[in-house]
Amino acid sequence: MNIPANLKYTTSHEWVRTEADGTVSIGITDHAQAALGDLVYLELPAVGRKLAAAEACAVVESVKAASDVYAPVAGEVVAVNSEVTEAPEHVNKDAYASWLFRMRPADAAGVAGLLDAPAYQATLGDE
Amino acid sequence: MLKQTPLNPIHRAAGARMVDFGGWDMPVNYGSQIEEHHAVRRDAGMFDVSHMRVVDLEGAGARAFLHHALANNVDKLKDPGKALYSCLLKPDGTVIDDLIVYFLREDFFRLVVNAGTADKDIAWFRRLLAERAPTLALTPRADLAMIAVQGPNARAKVWRALPGSERVSSALKPFSAARMDSDAGEVFIARTGYTGEDGFEIVVPATKAAALWQALTAAGVRPAGLGARDTLRLEAGMNLYGQDMDETVSPLESGLAWTVDLASPRDFVGKAALLARPPARQLIGLVLVDKGGVPRTHQLVRTGHGDGEITSGTFSPTLNQSIALARLPAGVAPGDTVRVVVRDRELAARVVKPPFARNGAARVAPAP
Repeated sequence: MNIPANLKYTTSHEWVRTEADGTVSIGITDHAQAALGDLVYLELPAVGRKLAAAEACAVVESVKAASDVYAPVAGEVVAVNSEVTEAPEHVNKDAYASWLFRMRPADAAGVAGLLDAPAYQATLGDE
Repeated sequence: MLKQTPLNPIHRAAGARMVDFGGWDMPVNYGSQIEEHHAVRRDAGMFDVSHMRVVDLEGAGARAFLHHALANNVDKLKDPGKALYSCLLKPDGTVIDDLIVYFLREDFFRLVVNAGTADKDIAWFRRLLAERAPTLALTPRADLAMIAVQGPNARAKVWRALPGSERVSSALKPFSAARMDSDAGEVFIARTGYTGEDGFEIVVPATKAAALWQALTAAGVRPAGLGARDTLRLEAGMNLYGQDMDETVSPLESGLAWTVDLASPRDFVGKAALLARPPARQLIGLVLVDKGGVPRTHQLVRTGHGDGEITSGTFSPTLNQSIALARLPAGVAPGDTVRVVVRDRELAARVVKPPFARNGAARVAPAP
């Protein structure tokens, strides 16, 4: 299973990348896309929406099932990726190149407290 | 502990994603489910359907027994090998299962029933047999495996993979079967399926299933999982037992009136109940006009004639939009617009008569 070492993760299978401007990009992990199967529909949060950590804020839907995506940290949505809403299959092809939305975290501690790659890998052992 | 078909090690070695399907450990997809779907519509794909149960009924009076037990009329089966789709009903007119019955000889009929309902069906048949035809032998054939090979090129690829099969099956009409003896033991080849495409369902001894699967793979047949099987059958407008009908509804409210013989004087289990209770609902197709999600089982459907619900919904790879079967009030008609409640939204959907797609092509107009 592909779990890049330079990203942070949640137990609910989101990945988080801190960008140069201090915002964070958020997507779903390779494990999540494989479990869902072919994605056909994405529902992303409105830009400007303020989210609490662990708040359900997006939906990824495959032929098989719909699944919520949760805000990894508290903060404000600053961008959504319209390329993946037009072509959700990009998430299946490369989950880490296909960010879903960007947030400005309310504080830096939120991201620091997320799982690193080995810790995320360890959570998959139970599934 | 999940049950396994003889092909289970092959599925696992191929990296299939496995799920619990009616107590069986089955492949849902090997790679992309949508590509597996397209392979069947455009070329040839194969499904391990060994979890379905073959049940042989043998003895004098077999036809007369099925006359009573099945909602469809086995008198339609005149030529040996001919198959018939039928519901098995309870006395109250609700559906125990749907099945295919093959007429092989006057004293030999073969039934193929669903995996999750097989034990229940067999118990029901045994009860009816004890009452009406105790000399008939009912034999569940756990020693057999079944592979469905489906798609426009399916038959030609089967003939290449299975020596001798072309001779016995090239003249088979749809919904007919033939048998042959081969190195693989007795092979039963039926021109049937659950995808809306041409093809065969092939029954072989369980010990020979892996060799047949590998020969079919070598002939260019793509393995496909239960995920693609579901999108294909739904596009083809075929019901799934447990979702589109079950022991709470009648076949007349499940789009299956064409399989119920109410015209002849023949009596059968459930007939009186069906005649006493005219259908107030119908099973019909929906094509979502609004984008915003995929309809799922039990979602509410609002219509001008009252509420209904989705029984099966999916994303249709052939139409490239969401489709569903829904049980709606009787007054709703094709062409109407209804609203499907998906999460916190109501999505407009157009009512259509299934099928949505068959034989490689869409059968309904695309949404604007």
